[in-house]
Amino acid sequence: MGEKQILEGAMAVAHAVARCRPEVVAAYPITPQTHISEELSQIVADGELEAEFVKVESEFGAASVVLGASAAGARAYTATSSQGLLLMSEVLWNIAGMRLPVVLACANRSISAPLSIWCDHQDAEAIRDCGIIQLYAEDTQEACDMHVIAFKVAEDRRVLLPAMVNLDGFLLTHVFEPTELPDQALCDKFLGRYEAVMKLDPADPATFGAFTEPDKCMEGRWMVHDACLRSLPVIEEVSDAFEKAFGRPSGGLLEGYRSDDAETILIAKGSLCGTIKDVVDEMRDAGHKVGLVRIKCYRPWPTEAVRSALAGAKRIAVVERGGSFGAGGIVTPEVKETLFDAGLRIPVSGFCVQLGGREVPPDGIREIIERVEKGEKQKAYEYFRLKKELLPDLVPEV
Amino acid sequence: MMQKLLSTEKLSIGCVAPPGGSVENKTGAWRSMRPVFKQAECIGCRACELACPEGCVFGDAKKKQFDFDPDYCKGCGICATECPVDDIDMVMEEK
Repeated sequence: MGEKQILEGAMAVAHAVARCRPEVVAAYPITPQTHISEELSQIVADGELEAEFVKVESEFGAASVVLGASAAGARAYTATSSQGLLLMSEVLWNIAGMRLPVVLACANRSISAPLSIWCDHQDAEAIRDCGIIQLYAEDTQEACDMHVIAFKVAEDRRVLLPAMVNLDGFLLTHVFEPTELPDQALCDKFLGRYEAVMKLDPADPATFGAFTEPDKCMEGRWMVHDACLRSLPVIEEVSDAFEKAFGRPSGGLLEGYRSDDAETILIAKGSLCGTIKDVVDEMRDAGHKVGLVRIKCYRPWPTEAVRSALAGAKRIAVVERGGSFGAGGIVTPEVKETLFDAGLRIPVSGFCVQLGGREVPPDGIREIIERVEKGEKQKAYEYFRLKKELLPDLVPEV
Repeated sequence: MMQKLLSTEKLSIGCVAPPGGSVENKTGAWRSMRPVFKQAECIGCRACELACPEGCVFGDAKKKQFDFDPDYCKGCGICATECPVDDIDMVMEEK
């Protein structure tokens, strides 16, 4: 095994991506993603990676460049955050629809307005329906390793879909942690070269993203859905192969943490799970039968894996970093549907604990666990510890 | 290799299509109005031909005869609006 180094998360990701040998990288700076693309451009400029780094005028341009590069048969990579991801979104739907195995990173950050540069998951969740595989890292090691897994899964001919690695803005991009970069020789062996099935070629022309009449369009769109679902076993297979080759269990659909015999299960994704695991340990010591199910693969939604991980629970709390304004949570209803469709009537409570980088300390997690343990009936998705004293009169008097 | 993978019967992965597909797609089916080239007052100025955003008005300026391609005309009426001698009428497309 290689050596652990103390690396900044974003820089570690840049070096892990370089070892996957993308042939085209296009990115536009946006906090907190910037260090990924900055470091990659340095790596290319230093001649350490033989790739074309395309400087673009916007994230729309970045996504369009990687779409074109991938359609021409290149391994292509981009990274973004927040408004940048939303500006890419029109192109991202096209990348998924054209079944191009682009890999991108999202350094998760809140969406304006109000303006915030800090972490929540609403940017990635806003594009959850477009057909991009979404993986969520808990620490910098996973953020690096998930890129290798993402390229392998995306380019698998049973899949051919874009894949996005999510890492929490600042909490993972700007933290310095001991990280082992994926070994270059192992990466080369694991990934090989990308060989496109179909590609743009002037000598053998074709139309990508062609016009379809109503008699065909639905089938074209359904194929994206079907490919997403069929990627689930491929993600598991590639994650197993990654663990065998690199010795780290960084992939997989989800992680159960002391959840096998748990009566109360929390569900979360991303770096917040580190805090939750500490609280779970403390409460286990105090006799509470509590555990965590961490979603590592959010799209495609691993219905069967989630269902079997939760089937033995008496109560469930979904701890989210997003919300669907005017409805409820984003992950919470998916958990409810997963259980309901199997006839499992386990009470599920949904909490938005963080938007725009609000800290949720261990005592907040403890409070959520204690409240659901008491059997508190939740009437609606709750914005946890909302500061009511900051709210103005609902109808302003003029 | 590409042409081998593309079939006209079935969709391909990513809905990649053979080149030239846009010509086969007869977009004139969307039309609710159609132009009638009366060919009575025409002065052969070609305004209708040049103004057509679809490039589907054609004719002969010397003979002062113009007409449209019903396969692609969307019935936007720009030709009729631009005609300086009011020689094109727009009428309801009825089937």
